[in-house]
Amino acid sequence: MAIGLHDSQVKNPVLRWVDQRLPVITMIQKEYGTFPTPRNFNYFWNFGALAMINLMIMIATGIFLAMHYQPNTAMAFESVERIMRDVNYGWLIRYVHMNGASMFFIVVYIHIFRGLYYGSYKAPRELLWMLGVVIFLLMMATAFMGYVLPWGQMSLWGAVVITNLFSAFPVVGDFIVTLLWGGFSVDNPTLNRFFALHYLLPFMIVGVVFLHVAALHITGSNNPLGVEPKGPQDTIPFHPYYTIKDTVGIVVYLMVFAALVFFAPNYLGHPDNYIPANPLSTPAHIVPEWYFLPYYAILRAVPDKLGGVILMFSSILVWFALPWLDTSKVRSMNFRPVARMFFFLWCVSFVVLMYCGGKPAEEPYVTVSRIATAYYFAYFLVVLPLLGRFEKPMPLPESISRAVLGIKAMGAGPLPGGAATAKPMEKA
Amino acid sequence: MKRFLKIAALAGIVLLAAGPSGQAAGEARHPRDAGFGFASLFGTFDRASAQRGFQVYKEVCSACHSMRLLSYRNLLELGLSEAEVRAIAATFTVTDGPNDEGEMFERPARLSDRFRRPHANDAAARLANNGALPPDLSVITKARHDGANYLYSLLTGYGQEPPQGVTIGDGLNYNPYFPGGQIAMGQVLNDDQIEYSDGTNASAEQMARDVTTFLAWAAEPETEARRRMGIRVLIFLAIAGLLAYGVKRKIWAELKTKTA
Repeated sequence: MAIGLHDSQVKNPVLRWVDQRLPVITMIQKEYGTFPTPRNFNYFWNFGALAMINLMIMIATGIFLAMHYQPNTAMAFESVERIMRDVNYGWLIRYVHMNGASMFFIVVYIHIFRGLYYGSYKAPRELLWMLGVVIFLLMMATAFMGYVLPWGQMSLWGAVVITNLFSAFPVVGDFIVTLLWGGFSVDNPTLNRFFALHYLLPFMIVGVVFLHVAALHITGSNNPLGVEPKGPQDTIPFHPYYTIKDTVGIVVYLMVFAALVFFAPNYLGHPDNYIPANPLSTPAHIVPEWYFLPYYAILRAVPDKLGGVILMFSSILVWFALPWLDTSKVRSMNFRPVARMFFFLWCVSFVVLMYCGGKPAEEPYVTVSRIATAYYFAYFLVVLPLLGRFEKPMPLPESISRAVLGIKAMGAGPLPGGAATAKPMEKA
Repeated sequence: MKRFLKIAALAGIVLLAAGPSGQAAGEARHPRDAGFGFASLFGTFDRASAQRGFQVYKEVCSACHSMRLLSYRNLLELGLSEAEVRAIAATFTVTDGPNDEGEMFERPARLSDRFRRPHANDAAARLANNGALPPDLSVITKARHDGANYLYSLLTGYGQEPPQGVTIGDGLNYNPYFPGGQIAMGQVLNDDQIEYSDGTNASAEQMARDVTTFLAWAAEPETEARRRMGIRVLIFLAIAGLLAYGVKRKIWAELKTKTA
């Protein structure tokens, strides 16, 4: 790039003056205006934008909550209730933030599902995928610490259980736990540092999201066919086509969000968290928030504490290696009927683990958790590496435009089987 | 893919109906459905019942249970007049201070005061209650599964014979709705124990219903405003959604004619 004023195409003189010196308008026009996007996205491609919106909602409501919240064990519980009762629309801000966490995980789980099904992690998008996994890990840390802040019974005991996990590591374990606690039990110093970190981490998420989007705009998006665009006939500008399609998704997402916030704000929470934290009284069943239940089930499926902790962390860390574990060159599972069955079974194992994680650690849940855990890992470590060699994928369409526009437009040859199933979704 | 989505949606509905998991509560009996009006999706609190419920709390429960998140001014939201609430507050004496001479002093409660607590602290409460701590009732219906029905069932669940072979501990009472079945609180609501100012027959069942309504309101006083706003937000979003979808169809239709 040459040094000197940017050659701006903006008409408005003031904006042009800015754009010549700092070409943000040109950049937005390039990355969100004319950005060439595959023409065949289905509604699963809404969820990246939805996650972005959700992050902004969380940060906005969180800042207002922080203005009223007291990170002190003697006052935290009451300060949250005070927000609900005496701050103008405090109940709204707090319920949006609280249910926003659940919505964030719903959206991101669907986003990850999309990536797994359509093979969005494969070359050349490996780094894009790995940055996504980093975002997910940061989200988990943020959500966990946020749940501690209201200082109810589940806040306290959830924090006790999770921080104690680190004590399983040899040599450094106890040191890490003391560092997390800021003392020798989960107490006021713990609450203080969790509050500070809960405020910090979302901004780190924003940073990694920026990298995630930057990497996306280098490789371009994957699409339901998993076939790279081969020319301008395969792509359309992001605006207006996908801005309006995302708008439809955002409204539907907001309706689900609103239904939760206004009509069932405590449905996804645990009633014990409305009992003030009491270090002398342990709840009968300590359960994490619903979005952590699968990992909690994996943890408890292993009889050995260290083994359980390692397996639990591995269940996410294995995603980092996924681009290399999946040896198939075909991205979309629309064309991999065998892999598709194994993948849906993996989804079932995930849901089963989520169910078992919410149940007490007794039979039959322990055995079921073990079987589901075994399959969870086998899918990544055995099924995907082998399938790429032995499976026979269906023929891929020549190009996106050919598959989308069909026989009439192209006037030649029958459509490949998978394209026909993918097609009805684009019309919506 | 489509078939899978259908199955997934079905599974989701089943899971939703089953409710969030992990809620085993000892061997407690499932609460009875008391049919509260406020429990429905668009329901409101029966003001007369909640006012009577406050009377039950004041004359019975408040001997042991605090409600430290509530202030007397909150009673205005129940439909009591300011004069009435001031009069109620004035019947309580609270400690204020220190004054100019550095002394704490007693004065009648004002609207801005929190509900007076029956005991100075938790230790005093335990001492007065045979070692058991009566929980604060400010958010009690939010802090129990199916809170309102649980509370109603608990309050009307006394007087039943414990199952064979169960020995009730010293100073404890049998109540099948309480986790573990043995509760320190005795049967506190008895027919005609108090006299309702509006002339309603004060049966034990009626008092349990009224005080539960009051406590459900106290736990979530924003409920009615929340539901009202929710309806408006959903109507707004439904219209916005239809518009957005219409615009989307139009824009994409142009694309199809252009390229096909």
